[in-house]
Amino acid sequence: MFVLWAVATVTFFAVRLIPGDPAEAILGGPGSQTSPEALAAVRAEYGLDQPLLVQYLQQLGRLATGDLGRSYALNMDVGPLVLSQLGGTLLLAVLSLTVAWLIALLLATWSTGRGRLAAQIGSGLEIVAAALPHFWLATTLIVVFSVWAGVLPPISTADARGLVLPVATLAIPLAGFLGQVMRESLAAALESPFVLSARARGESESGVLWRHALRHAALPAISLSGWAFGSLISGAVVVETIFARPGLGRTLLNAVTVRDVPVVVGVVMVVALAYILMTVLTDLASRLADPRPTANGNGALS
Amino acid sequence: MSELEIQASATGRSPGGPSGRVGRLRIGRLRVTVVELAAVLVALLLLTAAVAPRLLAPGDPLAIDPLAAFGAPSWAHWFGTDESGRDIYTRVIDGAGDSLLIGLTATVIGLVLGAVLGTVAGTLGAAVDFTVNRFLEVLFAFPGLLLALLFILVFGPGPGSAIVAVGLSTAPGYARIIRAQLLRVRSAAFVEAATVQGLGRRRILTRHILPNTLAPLLVLGTLGVGQAIVWAAALSYLGLGAQPPAAEWGAMLSAGRTYITSSWWMSFFPGLFIVLTAVCATALGRAIEKRMRHA
Amino acid sequence: MIPPRTDPATTSAARSDPALPALRVRNLRVAFGDPDTPPAVDGVSFDVAPGECLAIVGESGSGKSVTARSLLGLTGPGARLSADDLSLAGESVLGLSEAAWRRRRGRDVGLVLQDALASLDPLRPIVREIGDSLRLHTRQSGTERTARVLEILESVGLPDAHRYAGRRSGELSGGQRQRALIAAALALDPPLLVADEPTTALDVTVQAQVLRLLEQVRDRGTAIVLISHDLAVVSRIADRIAVMHDGRIVETGPAAQVLQNPRHAETRRMLAAVPVDKPRGSRLAPADGTAPATIVLSARTPTDAHPAVPALEATGLVKTFTGPHGTRHRAVHDVSFRLEQGSTLGIVGESGSGKTTTARLVLALTAADAGEVRLLGQPWSSLAEAGRRERRPLIGAVYQDVLASFDPRLSVREILGHAITGPGTPAAPGEGRGARRARQASRTRVLLDEVGLVPGILDKRPTDLSGGQRQRVGIARALASRPRILICDEPVSALDVSVQAQVLDLLDEVQREHDLSVLFISHDLGVIQHVSDRVAVMHEGRVVETGPAEQVFAAPRNAYTQALLGAVPRLQ
Repeated sequence: MFVLWAVATVTFFAVRLIPGDPAEAILGGPGSQTSPEALAAVRAEYGLDQPLLVQYLQQLGRLATGDLGRSYALNMDVGPLVLSQLGGTLLLAVLSLTVAWLIALLLATWSTGRGRLAAQIGSGLEIVAAALPHFWLATTLIVVFSVWAGVLPPISTADARGLVLPVATLAIPLAGFLGQVMRESLAAALESPFVLSARARGESESGVLWRHALRHAALPAISLSGWAFGSLISGAVVVETIFARPGLGRTLLNAVTVRDVPVVVGVVMVVALAYILMTVLTDLASRLADPRPTANGNGALS
Repeated sequence: MSELEIQASATGRSPGGPSGRVGRLRIGRLRVTVVELAAVLVALLLLTAAVAPRLLAPGDPLAIDPLAAFGAPSWAHWFGTDESGRDIYTRVIDGAGDSLLIGLTATVIGLVLGAVLGTVAGTLGAAVDFTVNRFLEVLFAFPGLLLALLFILVFGPGPGSAIVAVGLSTAPGYARIIRAQLLRVRSAAFVEAATVQGLGRRRILTRHILPNTLAPLLVLGTLGVGQAIVWAAALSYLGLGAQPPAAEWGAMLSAGRTYITSSWWMSFFPGLFIVLTAVCATALGRAIEKRMRHA
Repeated sequence: MIPPRTDPATTSAARSDPALPALRVRNLRVAFGDPDTPPAVDGVSFDVAPGECLAIVGESGSGKSVTARSLLGLTGPGARLSADDLSLAGESVLGLSEAAWRRRRGRDVGLVLQDALASLDPLRPIVREIGDSLRLHTRQSGTERTARVLEILESVGLPDAHRYAGRRSGELSGGQRQRALIAAALALDPPLLVADEPTTALDVTVQAQVLRLLEQVRDRGTAIVLISHDLAVVSRIADRIAVMHDGRIVETGPAAQVLQNPRHAETRRMLAAVPVDKPRGSRLAPADGTAPATIVLSARTPTDAHPAVPALEATGLVKTFTGPHGTRHRAVHDVSFRLEQGSTLGIVGESGSGKTTTARLVLALTAADAGEVRLLGQPWSSLAEAGRRERRPLIGAVYQDVLASFDPRLSVREILGHAITGPGTPAAPGEGRGARRARQASRTRVLLDEVGLVPGILDKRPTDLSGGQRQRVGIARALASRPRILICDEPVSALDVSVQAQVLDLLDEVQREHDLSVLFISHDLGVIQHVSDRVAVMHEGRVVETGPAEQVFAAPRNAYTQALLGAVPRLQ
């Protein structure tokens, strides 16, 4: 709760720092000939003629009731606008997270325990994947699959085929990152005494992997998933723009470009909320997967 | 225990598998892998491009040749030409300086800010720690680029804004890492041993706590440069950072966006170099980390 | 007693023919890495009969663990293994495929490792871990398996097994965990059990229980190969002993014979290193690599020629900790003791006895809730840290986890250098930097010499040193400030018996040389008996008995002390 309030405050004041007259921006930006009467009317309508503190409190009050204000540029209420765009972005994020997990798991299990060469290949793939910028990956994928091979549409269509490239663009770098984390803990788990005990009971390699090692390997990746979700949303800004998909990312970008303050505030608030929720979920998942209480560090004598 | 015994006894697997020699080289007294060597060479190449681009690309990056516009990669123009007929290879090499500078500066800003915040949180007592922690939590609620976008919203687009924006967005991440490290070091056994020896708090801080806390900075920074370059380029790509016709890689990508289906090389090669830099930085960072862990 | 198995499919052939040895090894050779590295196991041969316990004893690096692994085919993919014969119950297991080995592991041979906390999957309940063998080798259903697991748990001494079965290893006590680990290995009642250091790191009383359990298992007809570095631990349960050194068996024979009439120098060395029942002041380790006799150094009379002021005096110490859910735990409850100058006070207790907290209170690393510690008659624990600081050089500390007590960035030279130029060793007036550095260097050499290290070690990092060398550096560091008192908190617990012997001898020498007062804390009664003039026994936060060492050990009055003494492994 506190975080939400803080986010709202930060955004409010950040927004007030924008140079230029908001009233002018509403009417079409600086340079458009606006009459003083029109300016005054707009100011009154948007409450811009009140003292700063009052505006702040009004804003908070509106937010508390879920009223996100009205867009300067699009002449719509922000609330419904944001909600309509939320679905698209959430869909992308959730799908990409799932796909990233799958790829990371596959890569980590395939390349561990098979000798040094496989491990290096796997590790190398992960490093490269994690370093791929979304915009480059997107354009490369478009070129390869749309222009050359012609199998997938460059601009997102409404059906499932239109999802493939955007999800791939978001999932691959994340898979690289998650894969690195998983590989390290997987390798550590496979070297541990309890795995030796399992082998001594006659457990097969695949049994060792699936019954013991993977659960340990997944732990750090689970706790990172909250952060991963956030980075997916941030990546959605680029991906939605490139693939012309409707979603919060593209909305936010447009709003920033034209300085449409209420929309920016609205999107940021919603994103923060979603992110916080996701963090809570991942905490829960972490606790489910690893019910052990955390150990305290002790000093030289313990 | 001998090294062999330790490893053998823990696992039922032997140390150093059958392909233990694959990919390892020896240069003088250093032992490096092929990957690390490649990363160092690429890094040297990029640095040369940044500092003395004419060595690698003798042409003029601004030379316009409208007749040769939109030329595909060829022997005359290795990476093809753009919409004004400028040689893309030359521009990419030229852009190295801009992009690397942006990435480095942003990383330095982020690191310094993060280190200060993290150290302050860990050393000045519980109240300060609490406040800084809440502050960081709030910043973390803005995932990734959003913080940078907000900054750009306030201060307008441009390379300077991009640098500061990226620096500010990465700072909370560093702060959290530094703070965690600091807390770990503070309760470590050797710090208690120093107390037992009779060292004063200031001495312990400067001699033991701070050096151990800040030790990971080098690795973090190296890994971070790659990430910073990518983010700065992303901002440029979105039109919020360096603007075309600057030879900065992200800007070039942005300019090439419109012609993606017809002249793919305009976007591909700058992007490739971004990826190359990021991968190289990551590989170097990990190499350093590996050496520091074994030291 | 484990009730007879119900599924004949799991009966191992060996049981039906008691004449066959349970295990036969002839000329086993195991090597790793490239061909010029010496093999880890170099031509080892032995037999084990059903119902017999063979103990393989040796230092770290002797090859005993690798030998144990080869009995299950778990030496790993990079190992080159060869032997003239390697058979379980008459059937050769040489060159078996991995699939064939898997059928045998758990059913024909079981493995028990050290430290159940790490050797059982900490995320799985023990009923699953133990039931795994059943799942892999029998066709029992889930409910049948659970029932059998409960039976097995009862048979290893965990009554009310249904209460424990659903828990994870971290939720059980040390003794319960180790029994669960043994249960997991014995689930299918294999004719051969390989136990690799099964009691190391356990409390003495728990260790005794586990050894008793192994005895029962042996008496039922299971053959046991017991790997250890401690002759005293195996002396109780072993029928025959084989001593390994550098990959070879250097001596083997019936236990009584090996323990009482050792023939090989290595055996004699290991016997001499065991501190239990060795008189105070006797050397445990040879100074120059030859087999030592028990040399009694000059008799010590700790209390004469010393002032009456005790080096350390603790009165009524109390310390309570609040756990994460508000639970309060009283770690130290009204603890009092005196350390007389020039003598050694041994504080002995098992885990949870509060001895470590007491050490921390004495070192003033934590503040006591009540009570006081006085140093050489002056207030100590009641002072503020600033007031204590100038007297800290009087106390030196030697730690159990010596590696963690070193700043990981520093070399040995720097570690000692810091300790030498620390507070308490001020520069002489008018001394220039060069002169000070020279003084520092010469003092470093003196310290190294005193702890038996060569100057070549100065540029190394502690991680490059062996456990024994590290502890010597730790002792050198403690001596750097010319202390009057030495606090040793489990200084040898992490070391092999033979290395432990060397370090104990060193501490003894150092104490004589500098006339130190030593507070020695340990869970190992044998060690405490060897080093202490006076002893305080701690149990659950209280001192339950205290007195001169000979008296407490010869005629303990407290029931807990008696139980503790009864559990100590001795050479028999």
